[in-house]
Amino acid sequence: MAELTTKTIAELREGLRGGDFSAREVAEAYNAAVAAGRALNAYTVETPELALAAADAADKARAAGELKPLSGVPLGIKDLFATQGVDTTAGSNILKGFKPPYESTVSAKLKAAGAGMLGKLNMDEFAMGSSNETSAYGPVVSPWKRNDGGNAALTPGGSSGGSAAAVAAGLAAGVTGTDTGGSIRQPAAFTGICGIKPTYGRCSRWGIVAFASSLDQAGPMARTVRDCAILLEVMAGFDPKDATSLDLPVPEWEKGLSSDLKGKKVGIPTEYRIDGVPAEIDALWDKGVEWLRDAGAEPVRISLPHTKYALPTYYIIAPAEASSNLARYDGVRYGLREMGVKSLDDMYAATRAAGFGAEVKRRIMIGTYVLSAGFYDAYFTKAQKVRSLIKRDFAEAFKACDVILTPTAPSAAFGLGEKTADPIAMYLNDVFAVPASLAGLPAMSVPGGLDGQGLPLGLHLIGRELDEQGVLNAALAIEERAGFNHRPKVWW
Amino acid sequence: MSVNADQVRHVARLARIAMSDAEVEAMVPEFNNILTWVEQLAEVDTDGVEPLTAVIANELRLRDDVVDDGDCRDDILKNAPEAQHGFFAVPKVIE
Repeated sequence: MAELTTKTIAELREGLRGGDFSAREVAEAYNAAVAAGRALNAYTVETPELALAAADAADKARAAGELKPLSGVPLGIKDLFATQGVDTTAGSNILKGFKPPYESTVSAKLKAAGAGMLGKLNMDEFAMGSSNETSAYGPVVSPWKRNDGGNAALTPGGSSGGSAAAVAAGLAAGVTGTDTGGSIRQPAAFTGICGIKPTYGRCSRWGIVAFASSLDQAGPMARTVRDCAILLEVMAGFDPKDATSLDLPVPEWEKGLSSDLKGKKVGIPTEYRIDGVPAEIDALWDKGVEWLRDAGAEPVRISLPHTKYALPTYYIIAPAEASSNLARYDGVRYGLREMGVKSLDDMYAATRAAGFGAEVKRRIMIGTYVLSAGFYDAYFTKAQKVRSLIKRDFAEAFKACDVILTPTAPSAAFGLGEKTADPIAMYLNDVFAVPASLAGLPAMSVPGGLDGQGLPLGLHLIGRELDEQGVLNAALAIEERAGFNHRPKVWW
Repeated sequence: MSVNADQVRHVARLARIAMSDAEVEAMVPEFNNILTWVEQLAEVDTDGVEPLTAVIANELRLRDDVVDDGDCRDDILKNAPEAQHGFFAVPKVIE
């Protein structure tokens, strides 16, 4: 039943309801696909037994007429989410072997809604990276290849690289991702799938390994806009265990889906047309404008004047928060401990030297520096002021438009190893994604087409705060018109 | 501002990350590249701008002052590299 792994979540739901197939058949098909897809290195842990147990519960629920929203839907969970009794390492050696005695709120909600877990998904270490190459488990390999006859291994993007590759390759019906500065949207764009980062505070951060707490948001990645809406409805919601969780009802985003954009204005930010971006990406952007016009929307030019300062702002704030959050990895309460040193202080330093990879160390060091005495105001306070200006830019822009359209990333997927030598070149991947993160706004990537090398390119929609519906609807209008149904050819 | 090897060593010490001299030397230019790059923020006029504190306006909630969790010592110790007598165990700090 290999064709079961090509179905959308909406189709699985209908098929299970109608008795076209059983949840067990779906879980078995996915477990087989996961096992056959190990060359992609998408999963860090496989949990076929958990997928089967949820499937059997779903089949029983169907017989009893008690199907839940995600009964029988097999999902992959990013390794950043604490999963009870199942290794949760955030892609880091420092957490190797950590089995949380608790479940993250978001994954608990998905499970309570009937979803089964296929396994944990590979990612950049502590979500710090844009190519999945900083993972302690090694990089995820994209299922996509260039059409140039070469066999270069490409990145699926990052940090949710395992999540993106799993959906693109049919190793999960949908997945969780997290997005601190583009980690859902850039990998979604690189692999030809959809992914949405909701408004900051929509999804509980409780039980998600913290990277930069003022930016971290969970969100779904899946094949279609509708599937993202279905998953997000389950993942979102108030959680008293997260102090920044928004105490608001969760809208019925799926029911609200409509690609009729009559009366809507789409902002096209002048500052997002930057040097060095391939002409194909600008051309796709223009096409996106036409698609939204065709759906009834009116394109308007807008200005987001502080756009060019978003990345440097991010690379002060995110490392600062990370240096604080990652102080907990001290070899005492969980994870790795390096011994063979004399003092407690040396044990901390040796453990952290052995447990963290190069990029994580770099960011902890930068973060420690910008927060240190004498430099705090010059770097951290300054960055938080510029962040205020970036947020103000969006507030001004949304007086003139309802949703903003940009490219998701400044390039298609690149080869593994191509950008690892230059941290700043890697950071530039998120140039279009980071501003919305700094402003806490909902944003989504939707596939727009293929480039000349046969690789997917994404379009990016940014909405007003709490207007996930506007983002989803504009993405739906693009999805319907782009007709993107390309899938990578199976080579693994 | 740019940093030298001694300053990098100091930051590594603050961050509790052991680094060899070679690692420190390698980090100096990387560190300075990133600092130079983020220092472009200096050209932004932020006079009279308040630093952002909450990205989405939200009220700080208080909960009732009652125990709603706990009684899970063994669960908490389960992942410790070393636990003794119901405590986390660390290398001796007092002679």
